[in-house]
Amino acid sequence: MTKLKLLTKGIIKDNPTFALVLGMCPTLGTTTSAINGMGMGVATLFVLILSNMVVSAVARFIPDKVRIPSYIVIISAFVTIVQLLIQAYIPSLYDTLGLFIPLIVVNCIVLGRAEAFANKHNVIDSALDGIGIGLGFTLSLTVIGLVREILGSGSAFGWKFMEPYGMLIFVLAPGAFLVLGYLMVLFKKLTTKKA
Amino acid sequence: MAAKSTFTNMVLSLGSICLVCSALLGIANNVTAEPIAQATLAKINDKISYVVPSYDNNPSDNVTMVEVDGTEYKVYLASMSDKVVGYAIEVAPTGFGGPISMIVGFDAENGNIYNTAVISHSETPGLGDKIASNEQGSFRDQFIEMNPASNKLSVRKDGGDIDAITAATISSRAFTVGVSTAYKVYLTLVGSGDADVVSGASKK
Repeated sequence: MTKLKLLTKGIIKDNPTFALVLGMCPTLGTTTSAINGMGMGVATLFVLILSNMVVSAVARFIPDKVRIPSYIVIISAFVTIVQLLIQAYIPSLYDTLGLFIPLIVVNCIVLGRAEAFANKHNVIDSALDGIGIGLGFTLSLTVIGLVREILGSGSAFGWKFMEPYGMLIFVLAPGAFLVLGYLMVLFKKLTTKKA
Repeated sequence: MAAKSTFTNMVLSLGSICLVCSALLGIANNVTAEPIAQATLAKINDKISYVVPSYDNNPSDNVTMVEVDGTEYKVYLASMSDKVVGYAIEVAPTGFGGPISMIVGFDAENGNIYNTAVISHSETPGLGDKIASNEQGSFRDQFIEMNPASNKLSVRKDGGDIDAITAATISSRAFTVGVSTAYKVYLTLVGSGDADVVSGASKK
């Protein structure tokens, strides 16, 4: 697999949200607006890159039977560091995402990439994989967040263009499922045509 | 590919990973402790300046604890040239999705509510979260310059004078309870002579 392919496969072929359907909890929970979705995606992206690199570097020293606990410890350390950094330097983002950041630890995407990719590949490939999957996740969350924000609050990236009411259901939990479902249909339709 | 799983090397590798990770976390915590404290303080200061008349002291250094009905409340005193101009009272009533951390400011001159602000909440997005809205004509606007002694601080449904947010009665009620609690705190503070002590001390 070429390096470029490693980077881009996360966006379409292995898109974590629409193709692999992993990490649904943060996907449904944080996408109330485009900015929130993007913030969550970027936080996950950082954790993915770092954890992928470290896991691929130390994987061969870790005995097989304790590999999962080891990965979890590594991932949770990075998540906590990212959380502290956001809290310190972007407090406004922390206010909206605060609750969901610790949940990155149990996000299947991060552990899934460590187990399925990083422990069998070298550091550079793993970093590229982390960037690709992370970008795919960020893009999906931003799109879901954008659709929900437009329909639900009549604004896009915080910029209001429709006053004064949106369709409230799209900001609430049921709207998250609706938007996710329809976007997934659209995604499948577009990608299967290509293949 | 992976090392052999014997008892000693499992203990050793997991142990050393934990050790390295805790060391990293310790460093990260040390580095960010200062900015986090500053960010929290800046947020509180920002809200205080919003709910009391203009002042020239540092209210977050001028904190009094006041006890009402067995609970202690934080009161920030704002003063202008050593005269107390306002009280910012922190309360946390229980809303629909958990505690609403809010701050209510009183004008020291006439005892009216100066303004209110929400620090953090977990009310329903799109419904209850309107209690935190800063827009013109929003729910919180009706508290501005209100005289709590001549108005009944509860929502209309409960026979009070406050218009609740449509479809968010519980959040509106909680917010109103917060305001009336803050008023009780204010009365206790002023009535008990604490305010006189403070302004007396600062008269020198």
